[in-house]
Amino acid sequence: MTGTQSTILGRVWKYGDGVNTDVIFPGKYTYSLKEPNEIAAHALEDLDPKFAADAQPGDVIVAGRNWGNGSSREQAVTALKYKGIAAVVAKSFARIYFRNGINQGLLLLTCPEAVDAAQAGDTLEIDLERNVIRLHDREYPFPPLSATALGIINDGGLVPHIRKKLGLTSTEAIVTGGGD
Amino acid sequence: MGYTFAEKALARAAGLPHAIAGQVVDAKPDVALSHDNTAPIARIFRAIGLEKVAIPDRMCVTLDHAVPPPTPKHAQNHAEARAFVAEQGIKNFFEVGRGICHQVLSEEALVLPGQLILGADSHTTHYGWLGAFGAGVGRTEMAAIWATGELWLRVPESMKVVVTGRLGRGVTAKDLCLHLIGMLGADGGLYQSIEFHGPAIAALPLHERMVIPNMMAEFGAKNAYLPPDEMVFSYLAERRARRMRSAVNTQHSAISEMAIYPDDDAIYSSTHIINADDIELKIACPHAVDNVKPLSTVKGTRVQQAFLGTCTNGRLEDIAAAAEIIKGKHVAAGTRLLVIPASSEVYMDALKAGHVQTLIEAGAVFGTPGCGPCMGVHMGVLAPGEACISTANRNFKGRMGQPDADIYLASPAVVAASAIRGVISDPREID
Repeated sequence: MTGTQSTILGRVWKYGDGVNTDVIFPGKYTYSLKEPNEIAAHALEDLDPKFAADAQPGDVIVAGRNWGNGSSREQAVTALKYKGIAAVVAKSFARIYFRNGINQGLLLLTCPEAVDAAQAGDTLEIDLERNVIRLHDREYPFPPLSATALGIINDGGLVPHIRKKLGLTSTEAIVTGGGD
Repeated sequence: MGYTFAEKALARAAGLPHAIAGQVVDAKPDVALSHDNTAPIARIFRAIGLEKVAIPDRMCVTLDHAVPPPTPKHAQNHAEARAFVAEQGIKNFFEVGRGICHQVLSEEALVLPGQLILGADSHTTHYGWLGAFGAGVGRTEMAAIWATGELWLRVPESMKVVVTGRLGRGVTAKDLCLHLIGMLGADGGLYQSIEFHGPAIAALPLHERMVIPNMMAEFGAKNAYLPPDEMVFSYLAERRARRMRSAVNTQHSAISEMAIYPDDDAIYSSTHIINADDIELKIACPHAVDNVKPLSTVKGTRVQQAFLGTCTNGRLEDIAAAAEIIKGKHVAAGTRLLVIPASSEVYMDALKAGHVQTLIEAGAVFGTPGCGPCMGVHMGVLAPGEACISTANRNFKGRMGQPDADIYLASPAVVAASAIRGVISDPREID
């Protein structure tokens, strides 16, 4: 994948089932915060107050079923991206969240077995060439993304993907609207 | 082989003869909806590098989430949205006070049976009440739709929910939805199109039908569908004829011809048969919509706020149901009742019917038509330690602005009964 390393090694933050958009990024901030650092500072505020302070770039979130259910707000994805989170591995994702992740280039992987095996603080390795997660000397395969989704990720997200589609091929740096 | 509603509707929107579940199509939405997020979406749109949107006539913009603006930042956000609407020549623009996007677009008959509406709002599933395919998308996706007029969509598998029998006294569509979500979980319909069929659905009045696809966002659904019938066609034809200054019967025949129905031999991922007679009054308890309990087990829980409103249950009939229970009584000491009509039309109809006077005399507070405190960005938020009973669709922790507060979800009558008792109450026990 362009611009993405093929192996990710990250420290695990572990959460349960049904984590919704409002505890990932509270609705009260959605029309007043625009800057990436402001948005990142409220990541998981109502789920885990330690997260925004302690999470490090490259860390990985491991969660249960229906991660990101609720609102369509994209900040629930970008708050984690701006925080530097390398990937979210979950048992399943809510559908709008999953699309927002693809469009913003946040790696979202569905792998229930790895979720069950992972503990907070573990170091987990994601091999994007072989589509496996390595943890405690075991490998857990995950399904590859669809060709359509991979096409968007390979172009660097939906905005550059659309630019390419429309023939606006300039390669200058693209600002994606301050992450709103 | 037969096709589901979702397969037929997305084939139509993609200009294909057929589509099947699992297929990815480039679909052209008939309507692209945005609200207070229009300004941030406009910034993403400009980053794509275009000056003009491709589909100004298919766009609808409604200011509803923080209305009137509570802070200068929110006011600026609205000002940017208005400037974009003017610059792009978007005619379907609805100002602060007109109401919640899903109610307004329904009242204006801007979405028709069989059409595809994509909205930068998770409750865009709402339009299933009129037999349209409605799905929520993110902000960047909406910018892409403005730029190209289309979006890739995976044709979802479909779940069939057949509701037999008839809902009992005081039991509403809200209770039916909470029953289903409680039974199968908040991800019970994940990625799927939920089709509702059966006599109990066909017997529902329109304001009750509107609740069902709206609530299916809390079931993980991509969209939901109720088969449109004569009542739906008449509602839309009258309103469309008024807006377009054309004949009702012309509109009626055009609208009814657009309706899409699934084939009898369509393939469903699962079928669930629910007997409406078995459904009791339900309540979703903190902090998840699938934490559903029978009302009888939660009765007596103290509430400091009762909130009647939102795209789920802020319609005339919902306000009427509350007024009927509350008439001649008073909101309990230590509890406040907040009423926010879903639209200006609802507000005016409630005024004419005398419900507004009834409720204000009983101690209710009215807010500007809009989303109100539902997502914690506007007035009516909670204090630490408080509990609110609400007609909304979400009770997530922190949803109403305060993580240390409890939100219970129920039907309008339950909210009204709880307001006058100060504790969660069964409206059938109020004389």
